[in-house]
Amino acid sequence: MENLIVTSSPHIRSTRTVKSIMGDVILALVPASILGVYYYGTHAALLIGVTIVAAMIAEALVQMIRKQPVTLHDLSAVVTGLILALNLPPSVPLWIGVVGAVFAIVIVKQLFGGLGQNFMNPAMAARVFLVISYPKLMSVFLEPMTHAVSGATPMALIKAGEMAALPNMMDSFIGKTAGTIGETSALALLAGGLYLIVRKVINWEIPVIYIGTTFVLTFLLGGMDVEFSLYSLLSGGLFLGGFYMLTDYSSSPISKTGKIIYAFGAGLLTVIIRLYGGYPEGVMFSILLMNVCTPMIERYAAPKVFGGAKK
Amino acid sequence: MGVLTFRGGIHVPHAKEATEKLPIVTCPAPERIFLSMRQHIGAPAQPVVKVGDEVKVGQLIGQAGSFVSANIHSSVSGKVKKIFNKRIMGADTVLVEIENDGQETLHEDIKPHGTCEDLSEEEIRTLLGQSGIVGMGGAGFPIHVKLSPPENKPIDSLIINGAECEPYLTNDHRLMLEHGREIVEGARLIKKCLGVSKVYIGIENNKQDAILAMEEHTRQDSDIEVVALKVKYPQGAEKQLIYACTKRYVPSGGLPMDVGVVVSNMASTKAVADYILRGMPLIERICTVTGSGIKHPMNVQIKNGTTIEHIAQCAGGLAEDFEKLILGGPMMGQAAPDLTIPSTKTTSGLLFLNQEDAFIPESTPCIKCGKCVDICPVFLQPAYIARYAEKGHMAKAEEYRALDCIECGSCSFICPSKRPLVHSIRIAKRKILESRRK
Repeated sequence: MENLIVTSSPHIRSTRTVKSIMGDVILALVPASILGVYYYGTHAALLIGVTIVAAMIAEALVQMIRKQPVTLHDLSAVVTGLILALNLPPSVPLWIGVVGAVFAIVIVKQLFGGLGQNFMNPAMAARVFLVISYPKLMSVFLEPMTHAVSGATPMALIKAGEMAALPNMMDSFIGKTAGTIGETSALALLAGGLYLIVRKVINWEIPVIYIGTTFVLTFLLGGMDVEFSLYSLLSGGLFLGGFYMLTDYSSSPISKTGKIIYAFGAGLLTVIIRLYGGYPEGVMFSILLMNVCTPMIERYAAPKVFGGAKK
Repeated sequence: MGVLTFRGGIHVPHAKEATEKLPIVTCPAPERIFLSMRQHIGAPAQPVVKVGDEVKVGQLIGQAGSFVSANIHSSVSGKVKKIFNKRIMGADTVLVEIENDGQETLHEDIKPHGTCEDLSEEEIRTLLGQSGIVGMGGAGFPIHVKLSPPENKPIDSLIINGAECEPYLTNDHRLMLEHGREIVEGARLIKKCLGVSKVYIGIENNKQDAILAMEEHTRQDSDIEVVALKVKYPQGAEKQLIYACTKRYVPSGGLPMDVGVVVSNMASTKAVADYILRGMPLIERICTVTGSGIKHPMNVQIKNGTTIEHIAQCAGGLAEDFEKLILGGPMMGQAAPDLTIPSTKTTSGLLFLNQEDAFIPESTPCIKCGKCVDICPVFLQPAYIARYAEKGHMAKAEEYRALDCIECGSCSFICPSKRPLVHSIRIAKRKILESRRK
C-alpha cells in the first residue's frame, strides 16, 4: 500500500460555499422583488430579468476574453444583476439595465480583479453611474398599482418639506410608495435581512449600526421630530443599502471594529447628505464614500490578538 | 452549573457516533514492534540496547537525549532485531525493531514507586522524568518539563484536558468512563508535585456520561472541580481551555505557566498514576480507529510501536474505497503517506477516510466574507495573513501576527472559498522563524 493522499490539515471542510452564500442573498431578495413587480408591473419583472442576464453575459464574456475560468456557477453575477435591478426606477427602458449591468460587472468588478477584489459595491457604483449619465431617465418614478408617473418620491417630499403629501406610515413600511423597484418595502427587505443574519451570511453590526445611526441622527439633527425621523427611516434606500449593499464583502471592512466604524460613518454621511446636501437621498453616495474608506479603516481597526497588546 | 467556553471557534461535525459507545478492546500484540526514538518534542532518545539483546516489557530502550526529551520503553518482551534509520513524516527517525516472543515478561524494575502520600514533590518529579510520559494529545511535550516551572512562575492551577474537541476521536472519552479512578489518582500526583490548590477537569458537555463518571470519582476531592465546557472547536486547545476554565489570557508568545497554569492531557494523567503507583512506564495507549475507510471502527489499546497495518487488520481491515489515512483527528491530524509507520505515544487516533470523505474541494478566490476573522480563536485575520504569505510578503504576514496562530484549522474549515488558509499561515510561520534564526 503506497501513495496515499497526503494533504495538510484540516482534512474536513464546512458545507458552506460561495454559491450557497450567493443563493441565500438571492433568496433573501425574493420578497422585495416580488413586491416590486406587484407594485410596478410587468416592466419591472422584465427589467429584473434583463439586468440579471446582462450581468451574467458580461461576466462570462470578460472571463472568456481574459482566458479565465467562467464562474457564473458561483451566482455572484446574478446577485449583482438582481441588486442593480432593484436599484432602478421601474420606468427606465431595458437598455438602462443592460448598460448598468455591463458597467457594474466589467468596470467595477472584473477590471479590478473579479470577485472579492472590487473596492466599490458594483451595483451601487453602477447606480451612481446611471444617475449621473442619465439623470432624467433615472429620476422618473411610478406610483404603485396605477403605474402613473409619480410627482415625487417620499424622499423628495421630505426634502421639500411637504410632509402632508407623504403616503401613510403603513404604506411606507410595506413599500406601497414611489421608488426604485426593490427599495420601497422596508418590511420585505427586513425579512430578507434577518434571514441573512440568521444564516450568518452577514453580521448584524453593519445594517443595525447603519440604520440605527441614520435614525438617531435624523431625529437629533432634524428637529427631534419622531414622525419625520420614521418617514426618513422607511423611505428611500436605507434598508436595501444597509442590508444588501453596505454589507458587500469585498468593499467593507473584515474586522468587527472596522465594521462598526464603517457603518457609523455611512450613517453619518447619509444624514448629512439628506439634511444638508443637494440630493434628497444620501444612501447611494454614503455607501460609495465609505467603500473607498475601507482600506484605511482596516488598517486601524485590526482586532486585538488573544493575549497580546494591540499592534 | 454553567457551561464554560472561549470566544470564537466553530461547530464541526462530531462524527463520534461510530465509536463513543464502544468499550476499549486490546489489540493483539504484533509479532514485531518498531519503537521510534522520536515520539516527543525535543531531542530524540538515544538507543541503549544493541541488536541481539533480549529485552523485557517496560525495559528502557531509548534514553532521553536531553532535559527536553523522554525515555522510550519496550512494550513487548523479545529480541532486538535491528536498529535503523527511516524517514517518517518528514523527519529522520531511528527505529528499534524488537521481535515479540509473546511471553509478556515484565522487566524486574516494574514495581510500585510509592504513593501520593509518602512521595515528596521532588521525588514525583524525578520519577516522572524516567517514566517516558509526554503530552499524549498530539504535541508530545515531556511531562517532567511541564512540571518544572522556573521559580519566578508560580503555578496555582492544574487543568486536566478532557475536551476532546477533535471530531471522530473518542479515546479520552472512553478513558474517562473506564479508567476514571486512575485519572484522578494521576491528577492528585501532579497536583502534589506542582503544589497547586485547584484542579479543573474540563470536559465538553456532549460527554455527559464522562462528566458524571469524573464527578463520581472526585467526590471526596474538594479541590478538584469537573467543569462542563461548551461543545465548540477548538475547546481543547491549550490557551482556549485555560481561558474557559480560569478566564486568564496566556500572553502572546507565552506559555500556560505565564498565567500560573499547567495543562495535562487525559491519557498522560492516567499514565502518571500507572507509573508512580504501579511502576509501568508509558508503553501503551488508547487509540480511536475510525472513519469510513475502515471496516470495524473501535477504541483500541495498542502497544507503542505497533504498525498501522497491524492495527488496521485488528479493526477488520480497510474498506475497498479507502483513500486517506490521518494520524490524529481531522482538524489537526497529519495525513500519513503509507501504513507501514509505527504507532507512538501520541497516536490518539487513526482516521481512515474513503474516497468520498477524503475529497477536498477546489479552492476559489477569497471573497473577503470575513468568516475566518469572525471565528479565529486567537482573533487573527487569517485571510490577510494567508494573502500576504501567498504573495511572499512574510514581513507583512508577521505584522498581522502570523506567529500567534495556533494552527487549529478553523479558518480553513469555515472558508466558503475553500482556501487553504492555515496551510499558508503555517508556511509563513516557518519562514518567519527561519529568517529570525539567520
